[in-house]
Amino acid sequence: MNRTAQFPEKNGRVALILLAVAAGMLALGFASVPLYRLFCQVTGFGGTTQRATLAESVTAEKLAQSAGGRTISVRFDGNVSAGMPWTFGPEQVTQTVAIGRRNMALFSAKNNSSVPVTGTASFNVEPEQAGPYFNKIQCFCFTEQTLQPGQAVDMPVIYYVDPKALDDPDMKGVEQITLSYTFHRKG
Amino acid sequence: MATTADHFQAHADEHHHDADHKPGFFARWFMSTNHKDIGTLYLIFAIFAGVIGGAISGVMRAELADPGIQVLTPLVGWLYNETDLDQALHMWNVLITAHGLIMVFFMVMPAMIGGFGNWFIPLMIGAPDMAFPRMNNVSFWLTFVAFISLLLSSFVPGGTGLGAGTGWTVYAPLSTSGSVGPAVDFAIFSLHLAGAGSILGAINFITTILNMRAPGMTLHKMPLFVWSVLVTAFLLLLALPVLAAAITMLLTDRNFGTTFFDPAGGGDPVLYQHLFWFFGHPEVYIMILPGFGMISQIIATFSRKPVFGYLGMAYAMVAIGVVGFVVWAHHMYVVGLNVNTKMYFTAATMVIAVPTGIKIFSWIATMWGGSLEFKSPMVWALGFIFLFTVGGVTGVVLANGGIDDYMHDTYYVVAHFHYVLSLGAVFALFAGFYYWFPKMSGRMHSEMLAHIHFWIFFVGVNMIFFPMHFLGMDGMPRRIPDYPAAYAYWNQFATVGYWIMAGSMLVFFANMLYAFTAGKKAAPNYWGEGATTLEWTLTSPPPYHQFETLPVIDDVDHDHGGTVAPA
Repeated sequence: MNRTAQFPEKNGRVALILLAVAAGMLALGFASVPLYRLFCQVTGFGGTTQRATLAESVTAEKLAQSAGGRTISVRFDGNVSAGMPWTFGPEQVTQTVAIGRRNMALFSAKNNSSVPVTGTASFNVEPEQAGPYFNKIQCFCFTEQTLQPGQAVDMPVIYYVDPKALDDPDMKGVEQITLSYTFHRKG
Repeated sequence: MATTADHFQAHADEHHHDADHKPGFFARWFMSTNHKDIGTLYLIFAIFAGVIGGAISGVMRAELADPGIQVLTPLVGWLYNETDLDQALHMWNVLITAHGLIMVFFMVMPAMIGGFGNWFIPLMIGAPDMAFPRMNNVSFWLTFVAFISLLLSSFVPGGTGLGAGTGWTVYAPLSTSGSVGPAVDFAIFSLHLAGAGSILGAINFITTILNMRAPGMTLHKMPLFVWSVLVTAFLLLLALPVLAAAITMLLTDRNFGTTFFDPAGGGDPVLYQHLFWFFGHPEVYIMILPGFGMISQIIATFSRKPVFGYLGMAYAMVAIGVVGFVVWAHHMYVVGLNVNTKMYFTAATMVIAVPTGIKIFSWIATMWGGSLEFKSPMVWALGFIFLFTVGGVTGVVLANGGIDDYMHDTYYVVAHFHYVLSLGAVFALFAGFYYWFPKMSGRMHSEMLAHIHFWIFFVGVNMIFFPMHFLGMDGMPRRIPDYPAAYAYWNQFATVGYWIMAGSMLVFFANMLYAFTAGKKAAPNYWGEGATTLEWTLTSPPPYHQFETLPVIDDVDHDHGGTVAPA
């Protein structure tokens, strides 16, 4: 019978440990939000594009020249989410660029409403395995954009396709990469 | 310390004189701290919820009996006085959502874990009660209030019409920007409450099993049902908080302007799917593992043999639990995973077939050369093994990322998960129910009615779900109330199957009526010498407080929960 007398104290300790485990899993659930974003940025998962510096692009270009200067087609797509009073789209349908070569594409945006509207652009590329190799040096999507009523602007993207894509078996047969932007209203 | 022990002894003796003293009706059933009473409450609750969830599937099968919309329009006309077709179609979404949530959270889980777990875990390990009897009460009433919250959701606006029409997965953005109105909030709140109740229950079970075993009942002598509930409780403890986090983020996305799952603010709806299925896949093992445990007890009892490969059986369940946490993305093959990720999740998913195969073959090996008796629990258990294996085979098919691209969201998937759950888990539940009903009630049910129930139910559910394989392979999509005429034949066939199944449930309730009015009094061990676990050493029903003096398990019998030394 002595055994039963020890139950309450031991039980309380076990229950506390288990409660801590449950709380830890709850915290992990919330922590998954920043972890997931980090994971996508690092791995290019789900067609998340990469950011590169000018210096990196110069290196990439030299590498590409030594690899033979293969070209790839880039298709552009631009649209706005529901409730965004802008007209937004690419000014060129496709560009054919040498892999590794820096290139600039233009998008045009116009605010059709009578109030200033701030927007942010979300973006990705198709096919998704191209994400890690699609580098942007400069993009309107890095910051928020504000357009006054009726204002129209051209928005540039400077990008290059990393020559490492040539070594990836998953990229075999990929002849065109589609870069897509969606503008969302901010606030 | 002698005084303490003496005092305790005296106290225990004092209790022994009125071991069967029960509190009054209200205190007994509404403020219950007795594991058997709470188990009974859970079972009644699960039967009640199962009837509602089953009736909803009846409405669904009636609508699907013919192409076009027949039943939904009059239904919303009758319920809400609406004639709009969109309202009728929203009603369909509400029905599939309610059916899924009710069957998962308010039928299978309360019955397996809350019902049989509460009743038999303390009895099988020789404990006087659960470790935290009051927390046990809280668990039950949280589940109850959760169910009320879900029912309430169908009376408030949920976007197109009344009720939450999101599917049981509550995917964003349909559940966030796609469903305006409080219905989805009520449904999410319901999941929060049910989840909290289950987490508390899991803590209670783990503490009870780790700390309150009778002297000599080592972990490796525990009956397999206890092992199954231990593994299940750990899965609950690790998976449910992740669901809680995910649906809390849904709530703040809906109500407080956050953008966890909204690309406009840098979120990603696919993240919700990852979080949901990180919970959702262990959840399907939560629903089936206690069933595995019950089937092991039943097969051993009616083969009059200890279960074949006891340790292998126990650790197969542990392995299923562990691997179950790293296969979640096989539910999301079509969200745009790359080939390598699909390859991993395909391989990891197929690995689960190994421990599951160990269990199936060990059950067969237990029966091999045994002295078989085809009593009602045994026929339900055999039905379980057959049907679960069918569902397991289609699971291996669907595990292939490449094949799933074609099968995703078709009726083939519906057929698969109803074979493992509606047929697997439910057959295990009925097997356990007929196995332990006389122990719980003290009255024998009619074996003949139980067999009739089995055969009609078996024919009915197979008529419902087997043709769904054909429909799915022909490309019929899930979650749609209408379909081209080409799918009409097998849908009509399935609806006939539903009515046959529903008829078998009348036999079940008739059997219950018979047992409580004319059933013979049950002996302590009414299944005979094959039943060797501790609950069979007690009267039927067991005394209100049992094991005031802890049973001592001797060292002789290693495989089957041990035997009890004479007190």
